[in-house]
Amino acid sequence: MSLSEFFNMGGYAVFVWSSYGLTLVVLVINWLLPYQQHKKTLRKLKRQLRQDKQIDDTST
Amino acid sequence: MFKWFTKWFHRLGSPPHFYRIAGLWLPWLSGLFGILVIAGLYGGLVLAPPDYQQGESYRIIFVHVPAAWMSLFIYMVMAFCGVVVLVWRMKLAEIVLISAAPVGASFTFLALVTGSLWGKPMWGTYWVWDARLTSELILLFLYLGVIGLYGAIDDKRVAARAVATLAIVGVVNIPIIHYSVEWWNSLHQGPTVTKFDKPSIHWSMLIPLLLMALAFKLYFIISLFQRVRAELLHRERNSRWVEELIRS
Repeated sequence: MSLSEFFNMGGYAVFVWSSYGLTLVVLVINWLLPYQQHKKTLRKLKRQLRQDKQIDDTST
Repeated sequence: MFKWFTKWFHRLGSPPHFYRIAGLWLPWLSGLFGILVIAGLYGGLVLAPPDYQQGESYRIIFVHVPAAWMSLFIYMVMAFCGVVVLVWRMKLAEIVLISAAPVGASFTFLALVTGSLWGKPMWGTYWVWDARLTSELILLFLYLGVIGLYGAIDDKRVAARAVATLAIVGVVNIPIIHYSVEWWNSLHQGPTVTKFDKPSIHWSMLIPLLLMALAFKLYFIISLFQRVRAELLHRERNSRWVEELIRS
């Protein structure tokens, strides 16, 4: 089987590859979003902690 | 044994414990997922022969069927968490329930769209309002309903209980989806793998299908763990363990 035959999928390339492509896109988004959300929350909490510390330092 | 189990269950339900364990597991699960996907795709797209009737178009099966299975499985997970939420008011179950919903909605969406892309060349149409397709569409609306309802209620503990009820009531749709192809006339083919007879699919196609199904299941766990970790951190932001985590 040649590579172009493989990509042609017996004439069904549009249907097969768009199915696989869409699956890839949806799975990547679903992986990326919570990952970023997690990092964002961590960053925010760390910033808050630093600010709290500064307030403590200035008040004492 | 039972005592050991309840102890394990309680420990698992503690947010800092779950946060840590899930974090430890994630890289291993991701590695295993990668191996399964590569093996499944190679088996499905390269090794498996073309179908004698459908030619190469049938290869959509390797994403369509695992996605459809996951759409049902994740709903069952959500409903199970719903019961735990209503009966034991377990906080972790609330978070797992609502974290599972977007992943479930995604797989339902994928099952519908890849099915539609398969239907066009084989049935001659992207969509028919038959029992299987319609009940799967209702499943998507149930998932979206869960997400929307949770977002609409500000008190998240109240929201979780409302969503738990919705998830449990919606379970009635699951057997309808599964048996729809037997109870009603449908363009959709009957079950080939999940029936009591031997599966009527050749092993060269069955093995990559099962590999992809397993990969999708792992993917669900990975995505779920990530969401649960993010949500735990946010909800428990004022607790001691989060403070210690941030400090370190």
